Amino acid sequence: MLLRLGNRLFWSVVTLLGTAVLTFFLVNAVPGDVARVIAGPKASAEVIKAIHTKFHLDEPIWKRLGYHLNNLAHGDLGQSYVTEQPVAEAILTRLPATAALSALAIILWMLLAVPLGVLTAKYSGSWFDRLVLVLATLSLSLPAFWLARMFQYCLSYRLGWFPVAGFRGFSHLLLPAGTLALLFVGYYARLIHSNVTEVLNSPYIRAARAKGAPETVVLFRHGLRNAMIPVVTILGMDVAGLLGGVMFVENVFALPGIGTLAVQSVFNLDVPVIMGTVMFSAVIVVAANLVVDVLYRWIDPRIKAAH
Amino acid sequence: MSDPSRSTSRCESPGWFGGILRNRLVQAGGFILLLLVLAAVTAPLWVRAGLLRDPLQQFPAGLDEDGMPLRAGGDFLAGTDNLGRDVFSRVVFGSRVSLTVGVSAMLIATLIGVVIGIVAGFRGGKLDLLLMRYTEMNMTLPAILLAVAFAGVMDNRVLHLHPSALPWHWLDVELKRGMISLFLIIGLVCWPGMVRVIRAQVLSVKEREFIMASRALGASDARLIFGHILPNILPTIIVMAVMLTASTIMLEAGLGYLGIGVPAPAPTWGSMITDGQPYFITAPHLVIVPGAAIVLTVLAFNLLGQGLQEVLDPKRKG
Repeated sequence: MLLRLGNRLFWSVVTLLGTAVLTFFLVNAVPGDVARVIAGPKASAEVIKAIHTKFHLDEPIWKRLGYHLNNLAHGDLGQSYVTEQPVAEAILTRLPATAALSALAIILWMLLAVPLGVLTAKYSGSWFDRLVLVLATLSLSLPAFWLARMFQYCLSYRLGWFPVAGFRGFSHLLLPAGTLALLFVGYYARLIHSNVTEVLNSPYIRAARAKGAPETVVLFRHGLRNAMIPVVTILGMDVAGLLGGVMFVENVFALPGIGTLAVQSVFNLDVPVIMGTVMFSAVIVVAANLVVDVLYRWIDPRIKAAH
Repeated sequence: MSDPSRSTSRCESPGWFGGILRNRLVQAGGFILLLLVLAAVTAPLWVRAGLLRDPLQQFPAGLDEDGMPLRAGGDFLAGTDNLGRDVFSRVVFGSRVSLTVGVSAMLIATLIGVVIGIVAGFRGGKLDLLLMRYTEMNMTLPAILLAVAFAGVMDNRVLHLHPSALPWHWLDVELKRGMISLFLIIGLVCWPGMVRVIRAQVLSVKEREFIMASRALGASDARLIFGHILPNILPTIIVMAVMLTASTIMLEAGLGYLGIGVPAPAPTWGSMITDGQPYFITAPHLVIVPGAAIVLTVLAFNLLGQGLQEVLDPKRKG
């Protein structure tokens, strides 16, 4: 087991390193002068030269890649072109809002998706199942930025049920998290549905029924528990997708999170911040996958036995 | 979601095409899509016939006495925007951008995804490990952020594809913002999901007896891939491709919303929402109408994909 964990850890580091190299070449391999972007079109030759020296722009690309990776290893993600704030600091100060929003969103959609998935699996093929399927497909088809705006307009501005925007406590997170939850609940309801359907056909479910276990115990204790294993994996991989949604929702509700930072940096073409948020999300996704791998052993004892 | 009575129809009866057409989800998705494509293709003809307003023209009658956009209804079916342009006409013309970019990006992503998936699954070993790690690397990045990063570097730069000693400037590619770079970007970030599914399919097909029999008869790798594996995974590819189009269209809208899609004044749904946001309180139709168009289009592709999956590929769910 330790060996397996070590193996996972090794590949996580390789993945992160690869992502760092990939993002580096994305910005640097394509011709174009970064110094011009920083200093503006009217900058004098001396200023350009000074910037070149400061950011090692005159040196060969493999050497610059070395500097870049070295900086990353020390947690240095560079500096914003616009505010000159260190990118790592900018991200860390915005982390709490994003983390709280994402956690609340995941809790909300799981609370909805689990009963929906289990019930549609139990009554597979019924009108209820078909209705949930169509609604789930609809939830997959909603653009985050649009849904957030609509909710903000209808539920906050018109009806006054929620705060319109900003971040001054838990109540300000409810509507943004609800929006995110609605965007993801459809996919998870279907995922849980198909996994539970598969599990319900297995022999140990028949055994549980044969020994006279009540249907709720069969469904939720035996069925759901085993069906959740692939769901947890997908959840770990979906963090990237969640961050994409978070980006738009935070922006609409003016939450001071990483998503807002990312959108602002896009509007300002602030390349170090864009790259920083990309790198950050890569770290989060890799970490999430590692956690899922460890959680596996806890959810499914069969995996522990296999190693 | 899968109906066992339907699952056998693909192999045994020639009526699988009828099965597709009988599926309710396919009917619904296909109907919406047919209307959308028809509207997108014939839009210029309607304008020429005088039945649809020019999407770029700013009408003096399109603004009220305070210079604010007109609400939906009345002379302008879906109201006007802040420049007095016809919102309905802009939404119709926006479908041309969305569908072109969405479908082209899907083709690129599918091509990349299928090639990498088949090579990884068929070859296996070290190459498989390498390709899958590379795919995973791409999956760790949110597609929208990656697309943004691509769009940032694609701004008005010239890529010299020819060796610097040779003056073959016809090989220069100018990376400027527009439809072509947009679908390239979206295609380049949307393939990883495809790879995983295709590879898994190839791995399972590869072990079947007829592949072994064919190999024993001396079939070449190319023949195995094109003659046996590809036809067997084709239903999966089609289902994935249709569903992928929903994502590429969504991504196009998202990039348009962020202001890095097809540049103004071209009407795109995403940029219409961005432009309409400041007027949301007084003129909510500026956000509602283009958003509804996005939802309808993406929903059509998702319904079609779901339905096709039920008929063509009932074993794989998710």
